[in-house]
Amino acid sequence: MMTTKPSTRSIVSIADLSKEEILDLIELASWFEKHPDSKILDGKVVATLFFEPSTRTRLSFETAVNRLGGRIIGFSDPAATSTSKGETLKDTIKMVANYVDLIVMRHYLEGAARYASEITDVPVINAGDGAHQHPSQTMLDLYSIHKTQGRLDDITVTMVGDLKYGRTVHSLLMALSHFRARFRFVACDELRMPEEFRTFCDRNNIEYVESKDFSPEVIAETDILYMTRVQRERFTDLMEYERVKDLYNLDAQMLGVAKSSMKVLHPLPRVNEIAQDVDDDPRAYYFQQAKNGLYARQAMICTALGIDPRK
Amino acid sequence: MAENKKELAVAALRDGTVIDHIPSDALFKAVDLLGIADLGVSITIGNNLKSSRLGKKGIIKVADTEFSPETLSRIAIIAPTAIINTIRNYEVVDKRPVVLPDVITGLVCCDNPKCVSRNEPIPSRFEVIDRENVTLRCHYCEHELRGDNIVLK
Repeated sequence: MMTTKPSTRSIVSIADLSKEEILDLIELASWFEKHPDSKILDGKVVATLFFEPSTRTRLSFETAVNRLGGRIIGFSDPAATSTSKGETLKDTIKMVANYVDLIVMRHYLEGAARYASEITDVPVINAGDGAHQHPSQTMLDLYSIHKTQGRLDDITVTMVGDLKYGRTVHSLLMALSHFRARFRFVACDELRMPEEFRTFCDRNNIEYVESKDFSPEVIAETDILYMTRVQRERFTDLMEYERVKDLYNLDAQMLGVAKSSMKVLHPLPRVNEIAQDVDDDPRAYYFQQAKNGLYARQAMICTALGIDPRK
Repeated sequence: MAENKKELAVAALRDGTVIDHIPSDALFKAVDLLGIADLGVSITIGNNLKSSRLGKKGIIKVADTEFSPETLSRIAIIAPTAIINTIRNYEVVDKRPVVLPDVITGLVCCDNPKCVSRNEPIPSRFEVIDRENVTLRCHYCEHELRGDNIVLK
């Protein structure tokens, strides 16, 4: 009897996904939210290769696989692997690919997941490659926006804090370019949205306004308030860090002017940029956002394996 | 009269290749890229010659040699204005501008120290995203390179 092999695919960058594919992943994530424990990965083995530690992302991916009935091999500390003996990434990937149906990998080198996807037929999901891409974070952001606003089109997204180094804001900006979103970029000069992305907006006729002031007017017109952490390690001048680190903090009182449908998102972990009193506001959404990561990752895993549980 | 002189200079080759209109600051890089240092044929290299287009230009004449399209397309990375003349029996039988390839493999070094192509034993790979301004994008880390940031390996 002939069996048709499902068509597998790697997911390395959010830019690899078309508008239709993004919408399909959102629909699939929504299906998984209703059926989180479907045993559709029975008999599948997934490798989680974390060449750089990331507890949050790894646990989310591994929970996604476990809840779908798949099995996991892998490592969370490359010090315990042959990488520490000088093995190349290629050799590690070639070896692991012999054993598994899917590779989920995080690596400190930029482009590592793209490279891995080109040296094996086993599909690869990028769980973060340095400061470059982290498509599952973007998918969970998109799913959270869609779920809370009922759409991705025609929304006002305000990005606050570190817009220079924050890869999540860059990827989200690229992904939302399919959907006529409007942007407000709130940051100091040192952490301003890079020219490359402002040019991207200009080229694609995406409306954006830059502001150094985290003002009530900006908050009032926002549908999605995307907060980010100003990372100390990004600064060579610590005086500069001290000066800017608390410029863009959000507290509950500032939400007084916000729309009731507005949601506050944050890729987590947060430090001081969202005060604890915001947690009790119904517009705080960052913990549910993290939970949505489970469904978004289940959708990505099944898409990579060519499995559609809805059929 | 000046035109005649130029024709004479080119016609001085019986067979071979003349690469003209190379920006002066790229001439020696072009020499390296062509790999002509070890050729036993006669080679004439001129630099800082007057040019109405470029101000100053370089020129390379190599006897009895024709270069592969791949080699010539590499010249385009550092000298997008260059013109390739193919000479056979004292005649210019072909004259064309260099053309950037769509993909450049193993030739340019990514300027991102955290790029996988600089840390694993793999050839670099760039897609040409803007021919006019010679802008390359790393296939792996997606860093964009232009101008002085384009460093040949």
